[in-house]
Amino acid sequence: MIVTRQKPFEVILKELEDSKSVFLVGCGDCATVCETGGEDQVKEMTEKLKSEGKEVTGSVIPETGCHELDVKKEFRAHKDELEKAKAVLVMSCGAGCQSAREGTEKPVFPANDTLFLGNVLRVGQFEEKCRLCGDCLLDITGGICPIARCHKGILNGPCGGTNEGKCEVDPEKDCAWTLIYQQLEKEGKIDKMRAYQPPKNWNAVLKPGRLVLERQKGGGKGE
Amino acid sequence: MSEIKHAKPSIEEILNSGKFLVSGEIGPPKGPDIEEMKEHIELLKDRVHAMNITDNQSSVMRYPSLATALLIKEAGGEPNLQVTCRDRNRMAIEADLLFAYTRGIRGVLCLTGDSVPVGDHKDAKPVFDIDSVQLLNLMRTMEEGKDLGGNEMNAPVKFFKGAIVTPEAVPFEPQLIKFEKKVEAGAEWFQTQAIYDMNNFAKFMKTARDYPVKIQAGLVLLVSAGMARYMNGNVPGVFVPDDLIDEMASAEKGKALDTGIKIMARQIKQIREEDLADGVHIMAIGKEGVVPRILEEAELDITQL
Repeated sequence: MIVTRQKPFEVILKELEDSKSVFLVGCGDCATVCETGGEDQVKEMTEKLKSEGKEVTGSVIPETGCHELDVKKEFRAHKDELEKAKAVLVMSCGAGCQSAREGTEKPVFPANDTLFLGNVLRVGQFEEKCRLCGDCLLDITGGICPIARCHKGILNGPCGGTNEGKCEVDPEKDCAWTLIYQQLEKEGKIDKMRAYQPPKNWNAVLKPGRLVLERQKGGGKGE
Repeated sequence: MSEIKHAKPSIEEILNSGKFLVSGEIGPPKGPDIEEMKEHIELLKDRVHAMNITDNQSSVMRYPSLATALLIKEAGGEPNLQVTCRDRNRMAIEADLLFAYTRGIRGVLCLTGDSVPVGDHKDAKPVFDIDSVQLLNLMRTMEEGKDLGGNEMNAPVKFFKGAIVTPEAVPFEPQLIKFEKKVEAGAEWFQTQAIYDMNNFAKFMKTARDYPVKIQAGLVLLVSAGMARYMNGNVPGVFVPDDLIDEMASAEKGKALDTGIKIMARQIKQIREEDLADGVHIMAIGKEGVVPRILEEAELDITQL
């Protein structure tokens, strides 16, 4: 789940200051769950923009905002509404916003800030547990990621800022290395924590990340 | 390459000769006016064996530790260069270490570094490309003539590699594992986080003595009962026992600093008399001027050791 938070409305208005008419794009997936780009939020945004004197020419909520082919298809289906707009406001994540970028020549603006890849703890509660580092080490850390869940992302045990299982940057936050220690102890695998972890390969995935599945490379309709 | 001669015996030489290592600490200022810091260096350089130089301490931007280490060398003192992993990636750290080596800096204390948001540049990008254990290992790699990229350097370096340990960490077991990993990664001596409870410290040392490393007790000067209570509540891994807080609180008005000095002097004496550690590291944060008094009251004259 890509966790997003809506920007303050004044910021969105500032983005749209040169655009009298706007087409809205939501997302039926993560942004719906985060309540930043689902049906209710798109409707609410429509009303708020109208009350500020903007014309909302139409809106669309693609099933998955980061699926570029789907977004393009939806844009074709809403061609007239899109054509009438001066700008496109995307109520999705940064990836969704850039899917929209590929689907139109119009200026594209983000309504949301994209925060992290988050687990859904319960409705409306998200927590980052994976940092997408490209070189998973959960096998040696009891299934608890220190890259994502330790504030410093360190690999060889707790820092001096740990205190009774909590982190110095946020007393509500668990110290990842205390959790890892407790889990490995339960498993009888403390030796995994004792083993030296060398400096991480931060370029396991060369930025920007790119992947083409093998079967797509073999011909057919692949690139 | 010709070796630069040490003006003073190195930390390694002091510890290996079995002498009680006494070090102080220089906290560089925020800004280019370094006159007061130079005075502190002058005050301490012949009274302690070595001076730690903090590296953007508490994630607060300050005059650089490496430049201060050079000032200490130029003044005829012995620096203990603190290197953290918060602000530089592995390449920048390696380059700094090459520079430090060519200027005769040998004592290097390896730390991961505080979190960025606790400091005064809360929007800065935290680096933490490597951690303190990996930093120790990086130095060992450079001592073998290679860099962390696996490339040959044109000559090896040689340092005396230090690290820190927190005896009062809760829970302690993960801290002990980290201590062991630092020893295995090449740490030759340790300074502890501030300790106040001598019974707890003695217990820690009983465990730590099993490892082939030297250990300095870290002592932070108390200046008020409020400071002691603040540390108990806010500084991870620091525990000031009630009797010391009471002693600070019962000081006459305006005499709390004197009481703090008395307490530290007493602790230094106890550490020496009971052979609890291989030395002390004195942190008189912001009160460097009183270090000579602490040493005098502790009857600790390094020229007589």
